[in-house]
Amino acid sequence: MLKISNLSKTFFPGTVNERKALRDINLELIEGEFVTVIGSNGAGKSTVLNMVGGKLRPDTGNVEIAGKGVTRLADHARARFIGRVFQDPMAGTAPNMTIEENMSLALGRGTFRGLGSGVTKRKREMFVSELRSLELGLENRLKAKVGLLSGGQRQALSLLMATFSGPKILLLDEHTAALDPQRAALVARLTEEIVQRHKLTTLMVTHNMEQALRLGTRLIMMHDGQIILDLDSEQKAKMTVPDLLHEFEKIKGAQLDDRTMLQ
Amino acid sequence: MITAVELGLIYAIMALGVYLTFRILDFPDLTVDGSFTTGAATASITIVNGVNPILATLLAFLVGSLAGVITGLLHTKGKIDGLLAGILTMIALYSINLRIMGKANVSLLGESTLVSPLRANQLLGTWASVILMFAGCLVMVALIVWFLRTNVGLAMRATGDNEEMIRSFGVSTDNQKILGLALSNGMVAFAGALIAQFQGFADVGMGIGVILIGLASVIVGQAIFGQKFIWIAALAVVFGSVVYRLVIQVALNAGLEVTDMKLISAVLVVLALILPQWKGFSKFANRIRIRGKDAPATEVKEEVGTNA
Repeated sequence: MLKISNLSKTFFPGTVNERKALRDINLELIEGEFVTVIGSNGAGKSTVLNMVGGKLRPDTGNVEIAGKGVTRLADHARARFIGRVFQDPMAGTAPNMTIEENMSLALGRGTFRGLGSGVTKRKREMFVSELRSLELGLENRLKAKVGLLSGGQRQALSLLMATFSGPKILLLDEHTAALDPQRAALVARLTEEIVQRHKLTTLMVTHNMEQALRLGTRLIMMHDGQIILDLDSEQKAKMTVPDLLHEFEKIKGAQLDDRTMLQ
Repeated sequence: MITAVELGLIYAIMALGVYLTFRILDFPDLTVDGSFTTGAATASITIVNGVNPILATLLAFLVGSLAGVITGLLHTKGKIDGLLAGILTMIALYSINLRIMGKANVSLLGESTLVSPLRANQLLGTWASVILMFAGCLVMVALIVWFLRTNVGLAMRATGDNEEMIRSFGVSTDNQKILGLALSNGMVAFAGALIAQFQGFADVGMGIGVILIGLASVIVGQAIFGQKFIWIAALAVVFGSVVYRLVIQVALNAGLEVTDMKLISAVLVVLALILPQWKGFSKFANRIRIRGKDAPATEVKEEVGTNA
């Protein structure tokens, strides 16, 4: 469903700030796979996500979605295949528009936007039934401006909007990190339910190792622009957070040794 | 006084155009000073050459929107700052307007215009023409409100509200900005064409400071009447435009010169921007405003159903 091949990206090339964000990344997700991505700061997790989403262009390499090369497409042009939820709960919704208007914008993904009515009775019925699945009571507040909602509610709404119009890929960029623990748990639970219900191929970046182990069907660890660990569902089930940390130290240490030896 | 209201209602169409860019797209578009004259010039020169005034006024709309498209292209594809892109088009339009007219001003004296039936029946300056023009403004407001609720209208509003978000739903924000600027400047040019017919001439300097009038109308109107719903925000612009004219009229009656008008406009905009920040004013304004069901923001912050 998603195929990333030989992806490399260097920021500020040729300057003192030069930083290799990605070193020849290869990754393939089959349909319905839910991959959690962990790694230290600057490991390249978000860069991978932004490459798939189209915010960044790679220096070399290709991105394919459902067999279609999208490397050269701008972010809005490939948005018809991709649902995104951002870390900032404010980023995924338009605050001065109502809940139903936001839902209508999301429903229009990949369609031509003409002079038809943005919110119709039929669409409204659909929005109500979708919102009901969040169990936040938002279905009774269709005409409330989204800016009036709390961070947790907005993030839950963003998640719904990113998914209900049937994208091929779902990208989650630390989407629970800015929420308090209770709301984070709620959004994580909703994520699990929604991904399962729509059988979405998902790439989720997180800082929370416990979350990375609990959610998803596959786990990837990144460090220094490379994928250093790739666990399938079975291996992942046996892992604990201390195991993961131990594994990380081991691989990082080995790599460091290699580098030092080479120098 | 009635003439001031009439002028306010015609300028309201220009102000509605400014509302589209300034509030909906969150884009401060200075093209307006040029495109207003472009509309007046296009309509005048075609009317003088025997074109039907309705057709001439529609043509003004088209040429004006072309100016908007150019500003939009400069900003989105040329990556020029929005303010500068507007200024560049505005300055370039000054020369183009002179080219269109062939000289610094064109008289419409004795020509058949959209206003001449009113003039012939001696309706100008009466409440009858005020009602007629207000009806015209209502049609404009209805069109804008309708448009902003269509699929493309929603996408345009989202472009001004959260660009990142609407891009993630597959909308080219560049195209939305260009479209918005085209519509806005089309309306501004349309208003310019009407003003030229109302006053009986087009002049190359008539657009100078028009952006300030537009901003004053939007800001003053919405400071007084609010912008809770789109239809209120749009109607507020129309009323703001009339209020602006009345303030000008009062200032003139108080002994100020016509040449002082630009200063008054500027002071008015500054007041309208600063006053709402004071507590006493918001209390006063809240009494006039129409409030929605979900009004107080604090009341609905709590979440329900978090069984985490």
